[in-house]
Amino acid sequence: MTERNTTTRNSRVENKRANGNAVKQAQPDVATARKSGGDAKELLISFYKEMVFIRNFELKASEMYQKARIGGYCHLNLGEEATVVGLMKAMHPDDYLFTTYREHGYALSKGSDPGKVMAELFGKADGISHGWGGSMHLFDKETHLMGGYGIVGGQIPPATGAALAISYKNKPSDQSPIVVCIMGDGTTNIGAFHESLNIAAVWKLPIVYVIVNNLLGMGTSVEMASGEPELYKRGASYRIQGIRIDGEDPLEVYNKSSEMFQIAREEYRPVIIEALSHRLKGHSVVDPAKYRSEDEVKEAEQHDPIPKVEQQLLDMGYITKADIDAIAAEAKKRVQDAVTFAEQSPNPDLDKLFSNVYATKINGDLHRLPGEPLFNEHSFDEATEKLK
Amino acid sequence: MTIKTYRQTLHDTLAEEMRRDQDILLIGEEIGHFEGSYKITSGLLAEFGPERVKDTPIAEEGFVGAAIGAAMLGLRPIVEIMTINFSLVAMDQIINHAAKIHAMFGGQATVPMVIRTPGGGGQQLGASHSQNIEVFYAHIPGLKVVCPATPADAKGLLKAAIKDNDPVLFLENLGLYGTKGEVPEEDYTLEIGKANVAKQGSDITIISYSKATTVALEVANELSKEQISVEVVDLRSLRPLDRHTIVKSVRKTSRAVVIEDDWLTYGIGAEIAATIQEGAFDYLDAPVRRVAAAEVPVPYSKPLELASLPDATTLSKVVHQVLDATAFTR
Ligand SMILES: Cc1ncc(C[n+]2csc(CCOP(=O)(O)OP(=O)(O)O)c2C)c(N)n1
Ligand SMILES: [Mg+2]
Repeated sequence: MTERNTTTRNSRVENKRANGNAVKQAQPDVATARKSGGDAKELLISFYKEMVFIRNFELKASEMYQKARIGGYCHLNLGEEATVVGLMKAMHPDDYLFTTYREHGYALSKGSDPGKVMAELFGKADGISHGWGGSMHLFDKETHLMGGYGIVGGQIPPATGAALAISYKNKPSDQSPIVVCIMGDGTTNIGAFHESLNIAAVWKLPIVYVIVNNLLGMGTSVEMASGEPELYKRGASYRIQGIRIDGEDPLEVYNKSSEMFQIAREEYRPVIIEALSHRLKGHSVVDPAKYRSEDEVKEAEQHDPIPKVEQQLLDMGYITKADIDAIAAEAKKRVQDAVTFAEQSPNPDLDKLFSNVYATKINGDLHRLPGEPLFNEHSFDEATEKLK
Repeated sequence: MTIKTYRQTLHDTLAEEMRRDQDILLIGEEIGHFEGSYKITSGLLAEFGPERVKDTPIAEEGFVGAAIGAAMLGLRPIVEIMTINFSLVAMDQIINHAAKIHAMFGGQATVPMVIRTPGGGGQQLGASHSQNIEVFYAHIPGLKVVCPATPADAKGLLKAAIKDNDPVLFLENLGLYGTKGEVPEEDYTLEIGKANVAKQGSDITIISYSKATTVALEVANELSKEQISVEVVDLRSLRPLDRHTIVKSVRKTSRAVVIEDDWLTYGIGAEIAATIQEGAFDYLDAPVRRVAAAEVPVPYSKPLELASLPDATTLSKVVHQVLDATAFTR
């Protein structure tokens, strides 16, 4: 449960890899890449590109919200891009992801189509949840995104159950899928978190609980809300190993997450990752965040991962200023394409209002718009006819 | 009288009561430092300090339960649950504990607490954030459920709820916070369990509560231009339910329509309709009709969401249908 503990375990995982236990998917292996020099460069550049893309997507979402193209609540990953990208790239494509309402970046980075994600925010028929979920409730069967959930902690028990299904049908190995369950710092205070951790521990489930610690719930700080503010230690009562990582460094997130994911995969036991991160803006688009002092905001801005990675890339001579501009232009264009797709998508069909309430056929008529009578002669006679 | 918003009235009433009674404390998520998710408690931390305005971790079951225990020892906690959807996480404490403790221990303990929480759909918040599930609580013996529709009622019922020695669920509505109305300046308390005839009329009764009452009054005013005289009964309290006022009105008008923001089947309107058929059967000219939400998890998409929720147009249409069915003449 200590850092040292983790390191020993990590080296064990490294050894296994070195012994030729190839990881199933062709995931870039930073440890080796770093040694060879070349691939680390490619990896960091690709992470940077994706972070810039998510940043642009989120800024556009904010703009579209102000223009009332997006409704409801809209929570952004601004400031958390390094955490998002590092985590998602460390996952195997067939790993399952359960996440929160602050999930646009996760969906994009796990491989969902940006047009469909934007269309969902617009509430359109081509949206990734067919216009039914909105910003907080993205779902993508293909990429194994098992949903963004709006009730704090709501995702944690189902994620734990998904890990049960995996352990039921698979054996621990570096080939096995796992579940990654994302949550915020504030979420570690709800009962569902503790109940799930205990269940995962006693059932030995292949699940990684990721706590994205952006230091705030809505306006409540971690210190105010958590008896143990070092959140990675909260698994201690269940003997769940946890580590704290620097969520501003996409390579660190990627490396350390890969190692923790490997433990869950190969040993079938739950682990915790706490990624330290910063929320650049308010809790959601409409929150002016007046409760934050100017200093706090400045501090958060200093932790913005994008300029940091950018500087790193420039310092190492991996990219030029011109490349940076080109990357930004490319990201803007992809986001604009997503907006165009969302704008052109139709509204969901009103006829389908009742189509998805149940997965099965139901007896009885529950398809009634507001104000429609329970019976009219016609419907009553029809029903009588059917009963004959 | 002063004109105030529903939000401001709640704020002022909380402050007034806290000044009056030192045993009142506020408990809830983001109510202090963040000034309240919907800014009802704005400024109260500054006035009353962290001992009396307690920000909580995100732990609805935990802090609602803690309020129950504090109430058992004589404090008078007012809990804010950010929206009624999140009360589901605390339902065991509310229903199995707050509502039971007085009876289950033979009347020896009391739980004088208030749970303030807004319902409301129509804000594109998606299925799990748009529910009107007050009926869950209105179903439970041992709880009281009040549902003010106007700023004045918000003041009168909040004062009553705070002074009540039983647990009271105080239902607010996201769509009402910005609405304005006249509010009495003096210490103004309403009796819990009494409905209000919000508008007198003779042709048909519309029964409603919370935000739906604003829709009922809007429709009543529109219909008066067509020489249709609508009586609006605003329930003010779902439990106890003032059956007498409902029946009295329908005995006079002979026609009744309920508008409710919850779902139709087993909704509040079902209880109202049952009350009317038993209490005013011989007076009724037409079956009681209900205007409620379509029975779907509320969709995010704006046009779908609009189609699934009751509104003034639908209510007006149903009122006309009832009048037409009874050969109504002006
Ligand atoms: C059960 C429940 N209670 C309250 C809320 C309202 N709420 C939404 S997000 C949030 C803060 C969550 O903070 P954290 O877990 O740190 O995640 P972050 O938003 O910082 O990513 C709250 C209180 C909710 N959605 N569900
Ligand atoms: Mg947080």
